[in-house]
Amino acid sequence: MKFSPLSLLAVLLALVFTLAASLALTAGSWSQRAKSDNLFGMVFGDGRKLFANHFFTMADVYFHSGYYPSVFDQKSGEEKEIISASHGKKETEEDEKNEDFLGQPKDWIDAFGRNFRITQHTHLENHNEREILPWLRLAADLDPNKIETYTVGAFFLREHLNRPAQAEAFLREGLRNNPDSAEILFELGRVYHESNHDLDRARNAWLLGVKKFLQLQPDEQKDGRQLLDKLAVNLACLEDEAGNYADAINWFRAAQKVSPAPAALQKQIDAVQKKLDAQTPVTPRKPD
Amino acid sequence: MNKIFALAGVVIKELYRRKDFYVLFVLTALLTLAAGAVNFFHDDKIVRYVKDICLLLIWVSALVISVVTTARQIPAEREARTIFPLLAKPVSRWHVIVGKFLGCWLATGVALVVFYFFFAAVTGSKEQIWPWGAYLEAVWMHWVMLAVVIAMVLLGSIYFAAPSSTSTITLIVVGGILLLGTHLNTIALQQAQPMQSILATVYFLMPHLEWYDLRDFVVYDMGLVPVRAVALATLYGAVWTAIFLLLAWFGFRRKSLNT
Repeated sequence: MKFSPLSLLAVLLALVFTLAASLALTAGSWSQRAKSDNLFGMVFGDGRKLFANHFFTMADVYFHSGYYPSVFDQKSGEEKEIISASHGKKETEEDEKNEDFLGQPKDWIDAFGRNFRITQHTHLENHNEREILPWLRLAADLDPNKIETYTVGAFFLREHLNRPAQAEAFLREGLRNNPDSAEILFELGRVYHESNHDLDRARNAWLLGVKKFLQLQPDEQKDGRQLLDKLAVNLACLEDEAGNYADAINWFRAAQKVSPAPAALQKQIDAVQKKLDAQTPVTPRKPD
Repeated sequence: MNKIFALAGVVIKELYRRKDFYVLFVLTALLTLAAGAVNFFHDDKIVRYVKDICLLLIWVSALVISVVTTARQIPAEREARTIFPLLAKPVSRWHVIVGKFLGCWLATGVALVVFYFFFAAVTGSKEQIWPWGAYLEAVWMHWVMLAVVIAMVLLGSIYFAAPSSTSTITLIVVGGILLLGTHLNTIALQQAQPMQSILATVYFLMPHLEWYDLRDFVVYDMGLVPVRAVALATLYGAVWTAIFLLLAWFGFRRKSLNT
């Protein structure tokens, strides 16, 4: 039996075409990679989340101007300071001491080597905070489901760089990728309230945040009580500012149930209650 | 001394005739310019990530150039049998070792100047400041570190069979020192015996190349390293270079040159 090379080539091409046509439909489901809507997703697949974490850490390294513990240092596993800063935590002298991860030099090599390492604990300031943004942008592109990237980025854009419009746009992007995130809604509410002074939109964002929070599983709710506390307290303050004192008291009471400091909230309730009492007209009693 | 300079001149000519440097420079330039062209949050004043990326590429490129150039010097002379006419002249084996070292070191120095000039031009055009003192310190320390690396590669090229194995082993060793050098003692303390003693010994005996990496000072605008520390580190680097060159000479003196 003899085959000409051309006819063999034609048969092989026909076979390849037939296989491609029959496999095309099923091949799409073999991997999620091709369905990804961004380049990183297509190139790295799920491995991109590892890079996202690294880039998020890089943002924290930049925030500390290079003074940062490595994986070998004891403090490496602690919460990133850009996250605690975005949660409104102010650094105390005690915190400052705790962050001296270098300690005393262990030997002369370590002591001399410190001449060539950054040994001063500083934070970016005076609008130099912008330097962390590229890493946050990359982290968001690599892992669109990492909520902290959006909340931290928006916090620095709004609070330190005075760019609320870009903070809102970044949070909106985060919300498109994570429509059920109460954290993003909370931060969005802060943009509306603190930067835009738009009480209605802030209220809507926070109310939706509370709603999304209450839809979480009981375990997740237990872990996120701090967020509910912040949402409720912010809503209470907003209602107080809007003159809706009764609603403000209700929100403070809701916050008391999850707050670690309910006594402090009671003082605020008392203060708002006074305003409410002053507002409510007292009906004169009829003389007997 | 003239013999050493003559040998070094040949090595420098070889470097600019080969394409390694040009390829790595173009790659570094393209990646840096591409990174610098990206606009994050409509802010054109963001510059540190460009510095970081560019310096990383410069470090990788300089390391590759120095290791690859040095690793093939003596094996190539032996393979082409040009080592025999070379040694037939009034040139000793010590001259060959030092001449090759000096040539490779000066050649990588020229490459470093070009790389750092490009770095200064790109980052300076973005942030409009040129901290020349910090740049000079960074280049000098980088160059001193490369002297140790080049001497280490020369030593490896005497003992290992092929330039490829010399390059690979040296790159792994240098990479390991740069990544773990500072932390090796910390790691040692977390280990059980005898690993603790072994790691501690390695820590005290290895050349601490990580000292010469001043990228963080440049990227985060942290000013200058004390000149005394730079001078001591230079002396430390010179001592290690001398040790490696002497060991290379001892090996080369006894080595049969027939392939």
